[in-house]
Amino acid sequence: MSALFLLIFISIAVAAGFLAAFLWSVKKGQYDDDYTPAVRMLFDDRPENNKTEIKKTNQSN
Amino acid sequence: MNDTPNPTRAVRETSETVCYHCGEICRDTVIHAHDKDFCCDGCRLVYEILDENNLCSYYSIEPGSGNTVNRPAEGGRYAYLDDPEINAGLIHFNDGKHVHVTLFAPGIHCSSCIWLLEHLQKLNPGIFHSSVNFPKREVTVAFNPEKVKLSEVAALMSSIGYEPHISMQDLESGNKKQADRSSWYKIGIAGFCFGNIMMFSFPEYFSIADVADDPGLRQTFSYLNLGFSLPVLLYSASGFFKSAWGAIKAKQLNIDLPLAAAILMTFIRSVFEIFSNTGPGYLDSMSGIVFFMLIGRAFQNKTYQTLAFDRDYRSYFPVAVSVASAEGEERVPVTALKRGMRMIIRNGEIIPADSILLRGEAAIDYSFVTGESDPVEKKSGDLIYAGGKQAGRRIELEIVKPVKQSYLTTLWNKPAFAKDDAAERRASLENRINTWFTISVFIIAALSAGYWYWAGEPMRILHVVTTILIVACPCILLLAASFTQGNVLRIMGRYGFFLRNAFTIEKIANAKVIVFDKTGTLTGNSEFEASFEGTLDETEQDETGSICAHSNHPLSRQIALQLGSRFVQEVSDFEETPGKGIKARIGINEYRIGSAEFAGVLTNSEMNVTKVYVSKNGEFKGFFIMRHSLRKGVGEMLDKLAGKHELYLLSGDHDGDRERMSRWFKAENMHFKCSPADKLEFIGQLKAEGKKVMMIGDGLNDAGALQESDAGIAVSDNLNNFSPASDAIIDGGLMPGLDKLIEYAVDSDRVIRLSFAVSLIYNVVGLYFAVRGELQPVIAAILMPVASITIVSFATLLSTIMASVRKLKSIKHDENHISV
Repeated sequence: MSALFLLIFISIAVAAGFLAAFLWSVKKGQYDDDYTPAVRMLFDDRPENNKTEIKKTNQSN
Repeated sequence: MNDTPNPTRAVRETSETVCYHCGEICRDTVIHAHDKDFCCDGCRLVYEILDENNLCSYYSIEPGSGNTVNRPAEGGRYAYLDDPEINAGLIHFNDGKHVHVTLFAPGIHCSSCIWLLEHLQKLNPGIFHSSVNFPKREVTVAFNPEKVKLSEVAALMSSIGYEPHISMQDLESGNKKQADRSSWYKIGIAGFCFGNIMMFSFPEYFSIADVADDPGLRQTFSYLNLGFSLPVLLYSASGFFKSAWGAIKAKQLNIDLPLAAAILMTFIRSVFEIFSNTGPGYLDSMSGIVFFMLIGRAFQNKTYQTLAFDRDYRSYFPVAVSVASAEGEERVPVTALKRGMRMIIRNGEIIPADSILLRGEAAIDYSFVTGESDPVEKKSGDLIYAGGKQAGRRIELEIVKPVKQSYLTTLWNKPAFAKDDAAERRASLENRINTWFTISVFIIAALSAGYWYWAGEPMRILHVVTTILIVACPCILLLAASFTQGNVLRIMGRYGFFLRNAFTIEKIANAKVIVFDKTGTLTGNSEFEASFEGTLDETEQDETGSICAHSNHPLSRQIALQLGSRFVQEVSDFEETPGKGIKARIGINEYRIGSAEFAGVLTNSEMNVTKVYVSKNGEFKGFFIMRHSLRKGVGEMLDKLAGKHELYLLSGDHDGDRERMSRWFKAENMHFKCSPADKLEFIGQLKAEGKKVMMIGDGLNDAGALQESDAGIAVSDNLNNFSPASDAIIDGGLMPGLDKLIEYAVDSDRVIRLSFAVSLIYNVVGLYFAVRGELQPVIAAILMPVASITIVSFATLLSTIMASVRKLKSIKHDENHISV
């Protein structure tokens, strides 16, 4: 029977962990804007001071 | 969201020169610089700024998607932003070294915009970082106030084509509120507790031997359930209790009252059962109700973050204007303008107060006020009403009335502008049915109490009455309405018809009377029909048409099109003066086509009619009357509506269109030359006759009528632009489909009624058990989620099916249509 109590405790702890993760993500504003981050992650950071390379890519477009 | 390259744009590129920056076809002139073509200096300037700063990746993300800069950056244009009193409303963090400010930039439209605006720090080292919120079209900039001023940040954004939109309304509303996240927290916590309570209730339901036999374990489960139910009751459900308490205080019945009563009743009953050791209680049903209701409300409250349904003149008027002073010129906040001050208004600026023109040539564009986009010419000494936009050179004006007392703005003092959302909620169908439902539940409870008393089992009365109240919770009923309305709101939004809230659907469905504004609503802003008065023989017609065909002006193009001539004649000495007209020669004949003055004609000019005068060799030939043509497909739409609705027309214009409109509107239902206040009062009269009125208009002059009507719909050709406060905003390109959208609103009202009927069946089943005193927690626990899920899928599915039955997809899409 004591095994059961241990399992109950663990199951609540795991669920509470997920709840905490959810609340944290809301607090961080992850649900405020559900579009921009998805676009932002696709931008490449190009090396700076490398004008010629940038221009080449532009023309190919 | 405009993420895929526009296919039509790609086709154009092969045939015509396309601007490297903005992707538009270069119509008038092509500026060739840096091996690239630009349509105007504005575009070239932006390119140069980006090129200098190594930011040309902008063009590789989405080619040709830049914004044009129309107005050259003037030094002091944003100077007023540095006034601490003014910018307090914009800055949300300031510690002397870091300032965080959020600016609304309606120009944001694609991923390139996001990229560029998040690299502002490369353009000015005083900026630490910037981030874009695309759905809200907002940029949050963090900068060092010692190195860069807020006015410079605004000017920088404006110089690369993202002019920040700062209005009096933003500033007056004070600090921008943080996004409301409490509904997320509430849903999360309720879901967590609901899941756990369910888990601990299962052994009891299925009578697993160990649990039933071991009172210790059973009690542990019960107390755990009780513990989990507390956050649900105290936090997640708090909104329902607050709203119910508000209703009690106001001595009214609202939707949340029976809901709150059911939640509370379930909780008390469960606590009683647990402590008296008589049963497990209904805590899982209670937390389930709260969880599902919260999801339903969240779904119903679809909001369009970039659209504002509550704008008044303040969000459209500038924050400050230039006023002539002893030291030359200073920026004065609009609210501080007084009678007698001399304003200086430049091209593209809005005149914020009624005033008299002192110096300069004024051509006032009242498109925001009336929907009529042709500038009206004014001479010095003329009275100019607030709300017009100057098109032309710098003018000086003397203020006659302060902003709040101007002709247009006094409209906002009328009582119609004090609309009450709570009253709206009370009047809704869902609330009316709910009232009836609540009363019946109380009657059933009283009857069964009487029955058990009569049957000699008074002990059971309490048990039966509480279970009846628990099982008859209107939760399922409300869920059905929430999900249908939320779904309809989304479907309509997908096509470009944006509703302020769920109640608008019902109000549109019930309106029997539809009142239209004319200019800008039924007619488009840029399409014309020309009719000629005077004499032109066939060759002259050909010649006039040939000349007009050389011009890009919308009026000339329409004349050329209607005269049907395609460069038949050789034109020489072609000369076009913007805002005036065209001078050109065919053979030996010299033509002047344009304004009366330009064509050399003396007239007693008639207001509100756009005329194009034609003179040949100095001899006056006649004039074209240019009328806005109806939007494409609007005629057919009116044909259909006329059958089912009573149609009215309220126009601010002269009655030149009376004949054309009489096909759809009865003579006594057409009113011309209406002032903004006339429109408001007319709607009021219709309402006094007991009619449900829907008003469809576009300009600020319709703002009063839109407010006064039961359902006010604002027509907007560019959703980023200003539209007056209303219950709904419709994309101008969608006007031909208005009849279908109205029919769909009626359908969705029917879907709601139907799902109410279905949910009643579930309630009857539950009541059957409750009245007999046999409602086991397990039955309640199964009935509630099953009912919720079936009713939600039924309502959502049916409303989606109705959308395809009504063929909403066939409504023509505007190329510029923006999804929000």
